[in-house]
Amino acid sequence: MTRLKFHRPVLAATLGAIALAGIGTAALAQRDPAYDAARRAGQVGEQIDGYLGIVGAETPELRRLVGDLNIKRRALYTEKAQQATPPATLEEYALTSGCLAIERTTAGEMYQAYSTKAWTRRTAAAPDRDPRCP
Amino acid sequence: MMHVKLTSRADPAHSVPMLRTKRVLAGAMLMAGLFALPGCITVNAPEDAIVIELNINITQEVIYRLAADAEDTIEENADIF
Repeated sequence: MTRLKFHRPVLAATLGAIALAGIGTAALAQRDPAYDAARRAGQVGEQIDGYLGIVGAETPELRRLVGDLNIKRRALYTEKAQQATPPATLEEYALTSGCLAIERTTAGEMYQAYSTKAWTRRTAAAPDRDPRCP
Repeated sequence: MMHVKLTSRADPAHSVPMLRTKRVLAGAMLMAGLFALPGCITVNAPEDAIVIELNINITQEVIYRLAADAEDTIEENADIF
């Protein structure tokens, strides 16, 4: 009867590689294709408050998509706000993230303009943001 | 056996007819109330959603302090941003 023998260094390297791959995918996690498509189609946009909103006609799919992502964002904002030194409030962290998320929109995507509060299509020019934004 | 009685007994419950002026006044008030009633239910909800500005008291200083951290958070969670 033969027994499987593991080479210690090989085993360690394999486990290490698996762990690294796990971290790699977590850090490089990209947008869900449905979300990516909705953003590019201008069906969802970045709001001033740090959450996503539905632009135009609402559908059950869009509501589910946006609702799901906003719940995740809120949980993340809450956690990060508490960890900040000194701790910040959820609203403070969310508003700051909103500033940055609007800045990161690419041409063609929708965002909520500061001066009009209306959905606006991002152009190559700088977005219309809150004057407090960094 | 002695009966004990109060020196002055309370008046029994009774009703006094309303004065004419009071009756007119009461009637007027009732009519005014009835006319005012439909006015109470004509308040319509605004068509647009009411947006409560909770961000008004957040200072620029706080936003600047959190910006670097928020930038990292967005990059580390690119799937939801």
